[in-house]
Parts: sequence; structure tokens; C-alpha cells
Amino acid sequence: MTANLLSVRDLKVSYRVGNGHIDAVDGASFDVPRGSIVGLVGESGCGKTTVARALTRVIADNARITGGQILFDGKDIAAIPERQMNALRWRDIAFIPQSAMNSLDPVYTVEYQLNEVLRRRGGLSAREARMRCESLFEMVGIEKGRLRDYPHQFSGGMRQRVAIALALALNPKLVIADEPVTALDVIVQRQILDQLRELQTMLGISVILVTHDISVVAYICDRTVVMYAGRVAEAGPMAGVLTRPAHPYTMGLRNAFPDLAGAASGTLTPIDGAPPNLAEPPPGCRFAPRCPFSIEVCSTESPPLAEIVPDHRVACHRASEAPVLREIAARTETWLAHA
Amino acid sequence: MAGTRMRSAVTYSNEPLVSLRSAELHYRVGGALSALRGRSSVVKAVDGVSFDIHRGESVGLLGESGCGKSSIGRLLMKLEDATGGEIVFAGEPISGLRGAALKCYRAKAQLIFQNPFDAVNPRFTIRATLAEPLENAGIPAGEREARIIAALELVRLPQPAQFLDRYPHQLSGGQLQRVVMARALILQPDFVVADEPVSMLDVSVRAGVLNVFRDVRDRLGLTAIYISHDLALVRYVCERTIVMYLGRIMEDGPTEDIVHEPLHPYAKALVAAVPVPHPDQSHDPLPIGRGAPDPRNPPSGCVFRDRCPRAFDRCASEVPQLRQIGTRKVACHLF
Repeated sequence: MTANLLSVRDLKVSYRVGNGHIDAVDGASFDVPRGSIVGLVGESGCGKTTVARALTRVIADNARITGGQILFDGKDIAAIPERQMNALRWRDIAFIPQSAMNSLDPVYTVEYQLNEVLRRRGGLSAREARMRCESLFEMVGIEKGRLRDYPHQFSGGMRQRVAIALALALNPKLVIADEPVTALDVIVQRQILDQLRELQTMLGISVILVTHDISVVAYICDRTVVMYAGRVAEAGPMAGVLTRPAHPYTMGLRNAFPDLAGAASGTLTPIDGAPPNLAEPPPGCRFAPRCPFSIEVCSTESPPLAEIVPDHRVACHRASEAPVLREIAARTETWLAHA
Repeated sequence: MAGTRMRSAVTYSNEPLVSLRSAELHYRVGGALSALRGRSSVVKAVDGVSFDIHRGESVGLLGESGCGKSSIGRLLMKLEDATGGEIVFAGEPISGLRGAALKCYRAKAQLIFQNPFDAVNPRFTIRATLAEPLENAGIPAGEREARIIAALELVRLPQPAQFLDRYPHQLSGGQLQRVVMARALILQPDFVVADEPVSMLDVSVRAGVLNVFRDVRDRLGLTAIYISHDLALVRYVCERTIVMYLGRIMEDGPTEDIVHEPLHPYAKALVAAVPVPHPDQSHDPLPIGRGAPDPRNPPSGCVFRDRCPRAFDRCASEVPQLRQIGTRKVACHLF
């Protein structure tokens, strides 16, 4: 058994658009160790959702995995036939799509939808399925009397719990949750995250949590993968990446985030500009146009994702100077002067 | 940068600019059928809310979905009329405003919307988007272009002239939210209500929009209400925070006091729930019962009591009134 349940190597996903194509994911590599929660973090359009979907191979009609490997339990699931892949879905890899509201069918009761997975996918008998439904609801903290309710009868937080129950129905090894708490109020958000962590520990599963919110990563994840413009900027243990970021983009994200535990006088510093258009990505490092630390090589050569300290990887030409850059990046002027 | 953070040195005039006095917004829901079944058919979106906002003050309205924070925004914009109580602006109840007086009020009180892409007409250029309010206000055509440029400069959109002939879809979220802000400010209002103005934006651009908001408010001496469920954002722009739950005010006071020592049990839970971007943080269970508030069927007495870890007999029988406790007001029988 490998230490990593999942290893993504140089994954490329391309969307056909008009006559051209957009490489939404352009060489992403990261690992998901067994029994861990990995936060895939980045802004809109960075490719995090595309990566998550590519892992299940349920991607848009105009999208195609154009390169790389997805090693799941040692087997490259990017290369297996669709029939074999289909057998893995729900049983080994479950996906919780963005906004549970839209992932549940409004015209069926939640029990019907759970049954669909349990009986059709899992081959359970009607009796087994009923018992499993009840235990799943108990696991996610909803009274079993509500199994016969329709999605609209649940609040947003409850629907998210139903979506989690659905994902866990067939005891998968890996659960991929796309922005599971984004549309929720802070209190519900916290309760769902606590629930997710509790279940992850209890069942010993691995979770990939796709989010734009580094506070969510800080709260629940063991590891984090920071993506920018279709590539991995930085990856490693959560505490290391958040407290000693080595990629200027991660440093910038930290400055832009409000911090309730910090001093009131703190000023938020935006990262000027916007992510590049992936139809015509800049040569070299894709963050270079917004980076206050870019040097000549940054605009010509793409930096490789390299290990700077054990288990912590960064794609930056100036990664060796990270401790100094961190200090400079903490000053607001650094980002203003650049703008 | 965005002005000075603490504006406590600013002295407010004694006369409040905006006052809510026992304001109510009750909706009748369901049809005759639910009435026949004996279901309660009134949702009290806002239920007896009173507060004053002084000129130049920024107040955060904080709470979960359904707490009535956006309804208060709608009442203040007179998009909806209060079903009870009174809303007073600059000494005059807004319920009676009609015709020219109402038009004048609409220019003075502006709303900044949540989703910039929904807030503008996709078939209007940026110029047309910003010219519309000027046209409505009777500003001569010759003066409009200069006002539009000035408004875009105010929200720090670089080289504003280049945006005038573009359409909303050609702008990024951050740029468009600045345009929406410029539109709200172009008639030089006294009062703005911002309803979750950055919730649709990415983190790296959100900070820029918040900074512009703070900066413009300080420069123009605006009175502002900032509606959000995120205390970290409210804290960044407002010196005072009002915490709401199921249509009522739970706590009202200086933001820093609420951040550091919330008094109301609901405020305590809300503060504890805000995630922070650090690895070392509390993972203690929240001091609040599960479940969502049901606005159709709120508990008797204190509306928060069924989720409150410290509820006792009196909470079920008597509605706690908002009372002054030190620097703030709290509606809880524990105080």
C-alpha cells in the first residue's frame, strides 16, 4: 500500500473553445496522503474545480485530460477505460459538487436519491438500503424522520449534510468536496466543517476540499495545495504553507485576508491586477505580471515545482530567498509600489 | 491607502441622520390554504428594531441569512414600506415621502449591491450605466461626462476613460464592483447601504474594493451601513456593529468590544464561528444549538432561546428588551 492514496502527476486538462483551446490545468502535481484532508485553494479560474472534476473524470463535454497521471491507490485512473472508471465512482471516489442545493434533484425525496446510489450502485437490498439510509442520516446529524423530505424542505446547511451523506453512502476512500461551505453562514459553515472532520477521522478516509477561503483551509486541512492560473504555486503541510509561505502569491493572499484574531489597525493589501487570460498565458511564471518580486528570468522561464524544505514544494525562481521575501511581502508598500 | 483606521476622533453631530423606531416589516406568507390549516402566516422579517445612526458613522449589520439585515436595507432604501414603526431620515419620516421629495431622498440614500454582475444592465456600456442616474437627476448632458470620470476616479479605477465604452462582461468582478460603487456615489449621497458588496469577489481583489469603500466614505464623510454575515469584514469597515437574529437586535455596540468580548450568547457564537487564517485556532464546539431559525415559527420570549446554551425559564416567557450595558446595548435576560 502506498503512503499516498492519490498522486497527481503533471495533470493537464484542456477546454476546446472556438478554434482554440484553453489549458485550464497545465501540469498540476500534488499528493493526497491516506487519512488526510487536503485543501485545494485558489481564486476563480485557477483550475481548482477542473482538477477536482478531472479526478473523477466527469468533466465538461469540451474538456479533455491531455496529459499526466492520476495515481489512485497506485493505479493510473487517467488511463483506465471508462467502464472501469465508472465502477470507481461513488464506491471509491465520491464527489460533492459545488452548492448542494443544485446537486440534489428537487422532485425526489432525499431517501429516493440515497437509495439510487445504495441500490443501483452499491447493489444493496431494499432492507439494507433502508438501514444504511438511517445510519447515514445519523452520521451527519439529521433525524431519520426527515428521509422522506424533499430537498426544498431542508435549510442550506441541512442540504449540505444530505450531500455529505450521499457522498459517504458506499464508503468511499476519497471524498472530493467542491466549495462545500461557500454559500453558508459562518455558524453553519463551522458546524459542517466540524462534521466533515469528525467523519473523516472516524472513517479514516481522505478528503480533497476545494475552496477559495484560506481560513477554511487553516481550520480543517492537514495539507494545502495553492493553485494559480492552472498551475500549482505551492504545496505542503497546511501550517508550513500558511505560516511560512514561500510563493509570493501565497504571501499576497495572506495580506489580502481579513483576520479577526489580528490587530484592528491592520490594513488589507490587495494583489493588484487580475489572473492572466489562459487562452494566451504569459510566458514564464504566470504570476510574474502581478508579482512584486519578479526578475528577468520570471518572464521567460516557467519555474519548476521544487522541494524547498522536506515535503514543502514551491514553483518560484526566488524560492531560496523566501524568508527575506516574506518580510518584504508583509509590508503594504511592497504591493503598492508594484502597482 | 485607505484613510486612518480608527475614526473615533471624528465627532458626530448629536442629531442622528438615520433612525429606526420600532420598525417592523411583516410579510404575509402562504395563501388561504395555509390559513385554513391554522399555520401562522406572518413572517416577521424585521420585528421592532430601533437604532440611530449619526452623520459620518459606519455601522455593520451582522447576522445569518434570514435575520432581517437585508430587509432593513430595503426599508432604508424605501424599496419596501415598514408595516409598523417609523424610519426617520434627517429628521423626516420617509414613509410620507412622495413625488419630488422622494426623488430627492433616492439621490441622498444609495444602495451598493451584492453581485455587481446582477446590478448593472449587461447591454449598457459603463458610460450609459453611470449616465442614467445623472439623467434622472436632471444633470445637463454637457456635464455628465466629467461627473462620470470623476466618479470613476473616486473609486480608483485606473484610466477611467478607457472603460466608458466597454460593456459589463468586459470588466473583471473587482472593476465592475467599483463601477457599481461609482454609480451609487455619482449623485453625492449622504447615506449608503452596502449589502455584502464583496461576497462575490475573489480574495485578492476584495481587499482593494474594501479599501476603496473605506477611503471614499472617509473622504466624503458618508454615513454607511454595511450588511454582512462576516464579522471580519464588518470589523474592517465599521466602528459599530449591530448583531441581529430573527428580525431583532441582539447586541449593538463598538465593533472592537463585540470582537473581543461579545456579551449576548448569540454574538458569542457568531464571533467564535468566524474562521481565521491561522493554523493555531480553537476547534471547540460552538456554544450554540444546531438547527436553523424558523422565521415562520419563532420561539416565544427570546427568539434565540431554543439554540441558546444559557437559556432559562424567563427566556420563554418574556421578550428581553434591548438595554444599555456599559458601552453597548444587549437584549438578554442574563444582563
